[in-house]
This record gives sequence, C-alpha cells and structure tokens, in this order.
Amino acid sequence: MAILTYREALNRAMVEEMEKDPSIYLMGEEVGHYQGAYKVSQGMLERFGEARVIDTPISENGFAGVGVGSAMVGLRPIIEFMTWNFSLVAIDQIINSAAKMNYMSGGQFPMPIVFRGAGGVGGRLGAQHSQAFESWYAHVPGLKVIAPATPKDAYGLLKSSIRDNNPTIFIESEVLYGVKGEVPEEEFSIPLGKAEVKRKGTDLTIVTWSRAFLFAEEAAKELEKEGISIEILDLRSLRPLDETAILESVKKTNKVLIIEEGWPVAGFGAQIAYLIQKNAFDYLDHPVERVTQRDVPMSYAANLERETLPNVERVIQSIREILK
Amino acid sequence: MVSSIPKDQKSILELREFYRQMVLIRKFEEAAAKAYSVGKIGGFLHLYIGQEAVGVGSIAALTPLDYIVSTYRDHGHAIARGLPINALMAELFGKGTGISKGNGGSMHFFDKNAHFMGGHGIVGGHISLAAGIAFASKYKKENSVTICFFGEGAANIGSFHEGLNLAAIWKLPVVFICENNHYAMGTPEYRALAVKDVSIRAVAYDIARDHIEGDEVRKVRDHVKVAVERARRGEGPTLIEVSTYRFRGHSMSDPAKYRTKEELESYKQKDPLHRARTELIQAGVPEKDLDQLDQEILTQVDDSYRFAEESPEPPLSQLYQHVYAEDK
Ligand SMILES: Cc1ncc(C[n+]2csc(CCOP(=O)(O)OP(=O)(O)O)c2C)c(N)n1
Repeated sequence: MAILTYREALNRAMVEEMEKDPSIYLMGEEVGHYQGAYKVSQGMLERFGEARVIDTPISENGFAGVGVGSAMVGLRPIIEFMTWNFSLVAIDQIINSAAKMNYMSGGQFPMPIVFRGAGGVGGRLGAQHSQAFESWYAHVPGLKVIAPATPKDAYGLLKSSIRDNNPTIFIESEVLYGVKGEVPEEEFSIPLGKAEVKRKGTDLTIVTWSRAFLFAEEAAKELEKEGISIEILDLRSLRPLDETAILESVKKTNKVLIIEEGWPVAGFGAQIAYLIQKNAFDYLDHPVERVTQRDVPMSYAANLERETLPNVERVIQSIREILK
Repeated sequence: MVSSIPKDQKSILELREFYRQMVLIRKFEEAAAKAYSVGKIGGFLHLYIGQEAVGVGSIAALTPLDYIVSTYRDHGHAIARGLPINALMAELFGKGTGISKGNGGSMHFFDKNAHFMGGHGIVGGHISLAAGIAFASKYKKENSVTICFFGEGAANIGSFHEGLNLAAIWKLPVVFICENNHYAMGTPEYRALAVKDVSIRAVAYDIARDHIEGDEVRKVRDHVKVAVERARRGEGPTLIEVSTYRFRGHSMSDPAKYRTKEELESYKQKDPLHRARTELIQAGVPEKDLDQLDQEILTQVDDSYRFAEESPEPPLSQLYQHVYAEDK
C-alpha cells in the first residue's frame, strides 16, 4: 500500500492512462508549464510533451469545445477546469454539445471526454470561487458525475472516467487535494456508479460524497463515544447513482441524513430523499433529513462563511434530533 | 444529358454537377417547406434557399476525408456533402430511418462516415468544435481539413473569438466560412456588428482572410480551395466571408417583415441557381437537358418524401438508447 495524497492519486491515474493510450491528452489553463494550478498535473509536461499536455488561453468555452470536437473524431481528452466555478462559462459546450452528441446523432458520436478540476466550498474564497456544482451537472442525462472523497477513490474513479466512452464530470475537492490515504500499489480501477459503505453502522445512515464525507466520518467517531452507531454511505458517483446501496442501507438503519456541500433548493440530496420515500417509505422511522450549505451565496467574512458551510457540529446536531 | 456536352469541357461538367446539387437542395427544401406547412415536419425548419452556392462551392473544395461542421441551417451542407436525401427527409419527418435515427431533426443532421459532423443548434458553439476536430487531425498527424459554416450573427458570440484564437495559436487546419446573409433572425448586420465586414476580424487573430460574393458557385469553390490548401500545408486557419442572401425568412415561422420587397427582389436577381443555369446554356448545354435534370431531381425528391412518409417512427425502445455510448 502506498500513501498518496488525493492530488498524487489523480496524477498517477492520468499518467498511467496516458502512457497506455496515445489518444488521451490533457488540456487546460496552466496544466503544462505551470504544472497545474493545483499541481495535479505535476511533471506531466516533461513526461508527455506539449503535444499532449496543452496549455490554453483563458477561454473555457473555447477549449471545452475543442475537447468535444476532438472527441468526435476519436481522441480522448481530459479537459481541466482550473476550478468548476469557471466551468459555467463552458456549460454550453458541456450540456449542449458533450452531453447530447451521442443521443442527437442517433448513436454515431460517443463522447469519451473527462471534464475535471477543483470543486467545493470553503477557504474564504468568496461568492464566485466557493461553490459546489454537482447537482447542476447531475441534472443532465448523458453526463456522468463523479465526486470522490478519498485518494484511492480518486485514483480508481478517474481511471474509469478516462476509459469511459461518455462525458464525465469529475469534480475534485479543492480541500482534499492534500489529504493522504492508502492507495494499493498495483493498478486497479473502480467502476462508475458504485457507492461504498465506508463505515458500517446500525442506528442511522449518512449518505454523502466528496469532502462532506469527512464531516460524516468525524461526526460518526464523535457519536460512537456515546454508543451511537452510524453507517456512512459514500456515493462517489451521482450519475450513475447506486440506488440499491442507498436503499439497502436505509432498510437496515431506518434513518437517513444526507450531507452535501451544495445549496438545498433542487440540490442532489432532494433527489435522494425522493428516491428513499418512494422506494423505502415503510422502512423509515423518521423523515429524511439534510445538512447542506445555507441557501445564500458564500460570504467572505469568516463568521458568515462558517455559518454557511455544512460542518461536523451541524451534522451531529441533526443526527441527535433524528434519534431523539 | 451528359452525352450532349463536349467531352473536353471539364469545367462545364463541373458546373453542371454544381447546378445539380443546388437544384437538389432547393427542391428538397421546397418539399420540406410543403411538408412543414401540413404538419409533417415539426420544430424549427431553417431553409437554405438562396445560399446554395456557398455550401456547394465550399464543399466541392474538400476531399472525402475532410470534415464539415454546420449550423441549424444544415440541409444544404448535408446535401452538398452527398448525404442520402431519403435519410435526410426521413430525419425531418422524425423517422427511425433518418440520418440521426430521428433523434436529431432538421437542426441535427449527422453522418459519421461522410465526416459530416453535425448541424448544431447553439449559435456559434460549433465554431470551437470545428477547432477541436482540426486539433484532432493535427494531433493524429492526419491530413484532413475541417470547414466550419456559420452566420454573421454567430461572429458576435464568444465561441467564435475563442475558436479562432485557439485555431490561430495552434495553426489548426480549419477554414471558417461566414455565410453572411445580412440578417441574424430579424437583426440586420448593421445593428449587430461593429465592423460590418466579418472577414476583417481575421486581422485580430493574425490569420488569413478572404471576402467574396456567394452567388457564383465556382468562384466560391476556387476561393475556399485556396484556404483549404493553406490549411493542409500547415499554415493555419482562414476566415472567409461569403456574402449571400436567404430568400425565405429565418425559419418557416418568420414572415421576414424586417426587409423590403425591393431588397429581396434585388438579391433574387442574383439567384445562384439562375446564374449557373444561364452560364451552362451560354456554354452550349441545351436547355432541355437542364429541364430534364430538374425533372429527375424532382422525382428523386418526391421519392424521398414518400420514403420519409412511409418510414416507421423510431421504436419506443429507442428512447433510452444512446443516452450513453456503449462500453468501450
Ligand atoms: C446562443 C444562441 N442564441 C440565440 C439563438 C437563437 N437563434 C437561432 S438562429 C439565430 C440567428 C443567427 O443568425 P446567423 O448566425 O447570422 O445565422 P443565419 O441564421 O443568418 O444563417 C438566433 C438568434 C441560438 N440558437 N443560440
């Protein structure tokens, strides 16, 4: 077992895939000479050269479109958005081109493209740099949406995303880049659409993904001291969604808390809550609850940001109320 | 009849072929307009009538390995590329036999084998896709050139500027062809373009430019060819503005009240089909040969209409097909 950071795990996944398949290239702002805005592509320019690790001007819509066009004729681009906040400038290409190309052409144009980059909230980055967009992209059929919480998952899921013939939205957590974890030395991949029970428990299920998993873990450890047994289901992939895993866990614990970094209205958690009430209503001992970001743009002020973000205290408080 | 034309007159044969394609486009679209008016075609229907020489001339400058990227006004480009009109008409009718299996409709003709890379519905969005296709040709060291059609309205959107800049800095083998028909829906060019001559924008990206009238099909072909060859030599993109006119409204639902009858009439004088026909006759092609050709085309279009009508709708089982591609 190697101990890698989340960032290194992503890097390893890209490097290994690119070594095997010359049709894969990495494109984005600062991915090459600068070694990546968040250093995820460290060393890749030296290894693969400028033909395959390609710096772009600031033109998200343009280079997202270049990625899509090139994927139409057999390349397998990895398009890095410096952060997902800037992907909004390219959302036209992601939704109107990438997500639909195969469908609207009657199956003629598979779209083996990965859009990846830093996402998530926090760090006092203010309203325009601190947003979670998983729900936005998960809304769209034709896209796959992946949001790993651990280095191992980041590695295994990125490999599957690169190999997939569909457009993948791979949202990395900015906050997790430096987090270390065990990653097996030998090569492996993790199928898209498989959730993982990261912690077994009997009293309540936390459903979560990406960085919010850390809140779940900490809360579970805290509550364990009082004899409360929490199960944590890390979805890892929002589309395709592992509905079976969610329902199995609900049937076991009968209580559910969903944690997400995004806003509550039309957030992905709302979809999960719907699925649970629809398919496991009789198993529920309490309405499904959510801890989300507050329904406001992010403030720069430290106290207001703290108040806005989901956190361990709110998770614990919500669990106590459910279990009361 | 080809046989009645002197064999040495290659360029006449060529013009006759261009004329055939242009008439095919026009008759196809007239049939489509009819089908639309009786509700057999749904959605939007943007006709290319009046602009035929641009598509036919431009595409004649390509080899089968070159790529074409089109807009929502894609019928003419598709027909000029030689896509089967039965499948095109069936696509308009939303039938399973359509070129995109009925999933695309008028705005989304696709034919992978013909390197016809789609009609695209978001104004200008496809300009960077074209850069991407050209990027892939360069990446794979293939000799293909991509041409990308768009209107002068599209020249105002970010994707145009980003696409041209990226193509320029990477010297991509792509030719950007602005079909300036002087209106973006109801907006005349002078209300939308700070500099009316779109081709001048090439200067901002330090790429080659060209500006021509689009009523003479062979002239279009010759100019586009220069740009295609430049791209093929690795000398990068060209922006060509072709001045043209659409005789119909923006789409079937547009009565085009924003322009005068006189203006329309003055452009109809320059109808590229009429022009080609006159030139052919002047070169000695008997008029009755051309009449017969027209008649053959009408029959072909009628057949496509019938084919489309009689084709089955896509099976409901297709609804969930192709949302995702099959596994690698
Ligand atoms: C981004 C975007 N904005 C608006 C529209 C609606 N729309 C469709 S065609 C069109 C006019 C485009 O004109 P132009 O690019 O000159 O092409 P033409 O129709 O003249 O061929 C508009 C506004 C659209 N499809 N996409």
